[in-house]
Amino acid sequence: MELTALPIGKSATIAGLNAKGPTRRRLLDLGMIPATTIEAVRKSPAGDPVAYKVRGTIIALRSEESRLIRVHQ
Amino acid sequence: MNLKNADSGPVPEPLIALAGNPNTGKSTIFNGLTGLKQHTGNWPGKTVAQTKGQYRHGNRTINLVDLPGTYSLLAGSPEEQVARDFICFAAPDVTIVVADAGCLERHLNLVLQVMEITPKTILCVNLIDEAEKKKIRIDYEKLHTLLGIPVVPTAARNKKGLGALKNTADDLIAGKIKPSPRLPAYDEPVENALQTLGKSLQRFYSGGLNPRWLALRLLDGDPALRAELKESLRKNPKPGIAGAEQKKLIAAFLQEAASYRRKLGPDLRDRVVRSLYQRAEEIVAGVVRKPPVKVADWNNRIDNIVTSRLYGYPIILLLLGFIFWLTIAGANYPSELLARILFGLEEKLATTGQALGVPAWLDGLLVKGIYRSLAWVVSVMLPPMAIFFPLFTFLEDLGFLPRVAFNLDKFFKKAGAHGKQSLTMCMGFGCNAVGVTACRIIDSARERLIAILTNNFVPCNGRFPTLFIMASFFSVALLGRTNSLLASALVLLVILVGVGATLLCSLLLSKTILRGIPSTFTLELPGYRWPKIGTLLIRSILDRTLFVLGRAVTIAAPAGAFVWLLANIQSGEGSLLTQLAGWLQGFGNLLGMDGYIILAFILGLPANEIVLPILVMGYLSGSYLLEPESVEAFHALFFANGWTWLTALNVMIFALLHFPCGTTLLTIRKETLGGKWTFLSAFLPTVAGIILCLLITQVVRFFRLV
Repeated sequence: MELTALPIGKSATIAGLNAKGPTRRRLLDLGMIPATTIEAVRKSPAGDPVAYKVRGTIIALRSEESRLIRVHQ
Repeated sequence: MNLKNADSGPVPEPLIALAGNPNTGKSTIFNGLTGLKQHTGNWPGKTVAQTKGQYRHGNRTINLVDLPGTYSLLAGSPEEQVARDFICFAAPDVTIVVADAGCLERHLNLVLQVMEITPKTILCVNLIDEAEKKKIRIDYEKLHTLLGIPVVPTAARNKKGLGALKNTADDLIAGKIKPSPRLPAYDEPVENALQTLGKSLQRFYSGGLNPRWLALRLLDGDPALRAELKESLRKNPKPGIAGAEQKKLIAAFLQEAASYRRKLGPDLRDRVVRSLYQRAEEIVAGVVRKPPVKVADWNNRIDNIVTSRLYGYPIILLLLGFIFWLTIAGANYPSELLARILFGLEEKLATTGQALGVPAWLDGLLVKGIYRSLAWVVSVMLPPMAIFFPLFTFLEDLGFLPRVAFNLDKFFKKAGAHGKQSLTMCMGFGCNAVGVTACRIIDSARERLIAILTNNFVPCNGRFPTLFIMASFFSVALLGRTNSLLASALVLLVILVGVGATLLCSLLLSKTILRGIPSTFTLELPGYRWPKIGTLLIRSILDRTLFVLGRAVTIAAPAGAFVWLLANIQSGEGSLLTQLAGWLQGFGNLLGMDGYIILAFILGLPANEIVLPILVMGYLSGSYLLEPESVEAFHALFFANGWTWLTALNVMIFALLHFPCGTTLLTIRKETLGGKWTFLSAFLPTVAGIILCLLITQVVRFFRLV
């Protein structure tokens, strides 16, 4: 499923990235590589972006980016 | 041994580069080592360009460069390019990589990448105090063994470990420590390619770049780096290899690299990053012990409130409003005191001047012109700044601003702007010229231009005092006495208008001349950090308050003299100043202001700080004969010139929405390389200000509210 579908408070494992170019590189550099655990931590009061915990850091992603991350629970 | 240091001349000055992820306390280490007061915000990616400093160690001076904070050196953002190019091509004697003890795994990714470029790397594990609180244990000895480079634990906020860091750097420069970095291994096809290419390279290349790293970058095919790598190949031939032969070898080598690149396939980058993280995971598994049970997470609890649907926005507004209220309420008394002292001194100066036989015109120029505007600037601007700046710095250092960006991001996205624009906007609150320069962190040219053109919509340090003073006057004009609550609410409202104008103007630009879609954006929400109050006070007073005051004083002195001259050179029916103001009277009146106010804004082009002083000078030079000795006297001066609450409101709006100051305009010209954009950056806010003032004034007058 897409990372956007992950409910707040739940964790999932990254399966792969559908992103290309600079977006892909940026996500990789944040440690979002296959088999990494990612947790949806909180939503912005406006609904977007969503903050995710990955490798001990909280990173907020806009839905445009999180849609490109495939995960499985 | 570095060749630079081989001369026997004066003691050589080694160069150390400081790299690290954003928000690892890198700048705190920089400040701790150099003592240079450079601002560190608890905000990811604060350092845009490199900051330089020095420190003495033993009998020599060490140069230190603070590189932009980056997560990696591979993604090719502007910050990463600056950091990477410095480590590669400026060949520092030592590169210190700062990492967060609480989050070592992700930070080791960068450490491993730097080690690939240069063996002369030190890992500085910072924030060990925070990690200890979270009961995280790190085996530094083992970390050193696994990495093969020196490891120094520090708690830079408390100056712990900085001495050891200096000594280790010294030993590495002197060659007393011989690092043997254990580089990450990639999968077999990649390793084979690297080995073959490395061997070919050694046949003709003698440059300082690590052959393994150079080969890896060619395989990766980063277009931004390719030209520079080729240049390095060309410029550093092995002795005896020259001209045609060198050319042939380089061409063959590049072809070999290209063929390997095709063979390895398009997912090389993924494999490289995966190997780096796998290595980081292995190392962390061996050296870090975390408690099995989660320690109470305050960050989470605070964020649950600060970013909640219900409280997220009210909290931001209340917090800002509270800061404004403290500033306005707290500045009253000290302003009064300073005014009494300084203007009391003015009389003494004038009498002394007369007693010494100084000619009346010179006495007027020096005392009524220069001294009076300086006294005004100091007494009226110093107290609010001395309260406001430390408070704002506190919020910054606490880590509150990333939460503001998190809450507001959707609006920026809707406006077609880059997420980092909320950061450059916040920096504009300090100084618009700094905010404009900070826009370099935005990769996409379109979004960078939008951020630059709209930066002036938030008031800078130089405009805040005007806002505070006008808001106080507004409450006096409306209620008959100063009401700090009303005044701070008004300042808050003006800020909201500014943010609204930023979003609206960004939307307008992104739908018209700067069309496009927002590019990738990731925002880190760092842990909250309780700032060191002592350091914070010193820094915000020295770096901000005295800096702005100094700038105001430097510009106010000649401006005061200039305005005094304008006010005292008679031509025809009155002074030049009165005539100029007279010409602008009709226009000013239309906007609910007067000719003197418009003139003050125009003459205040060099710096926003001097708009009010010029205005007061203008009024005082006219028929109104009041000796200014207190803040009430200034209020009386405004009343005598026909001011109402509407005038104060319009001055606030026009202070928010008008052309940027001279420095900012020059910066915009430099950053956009175009007169067209510079013109637009002045045109947009001025037109917005004129329209808004005109509307408000005409509506208020139509309903006879004043």
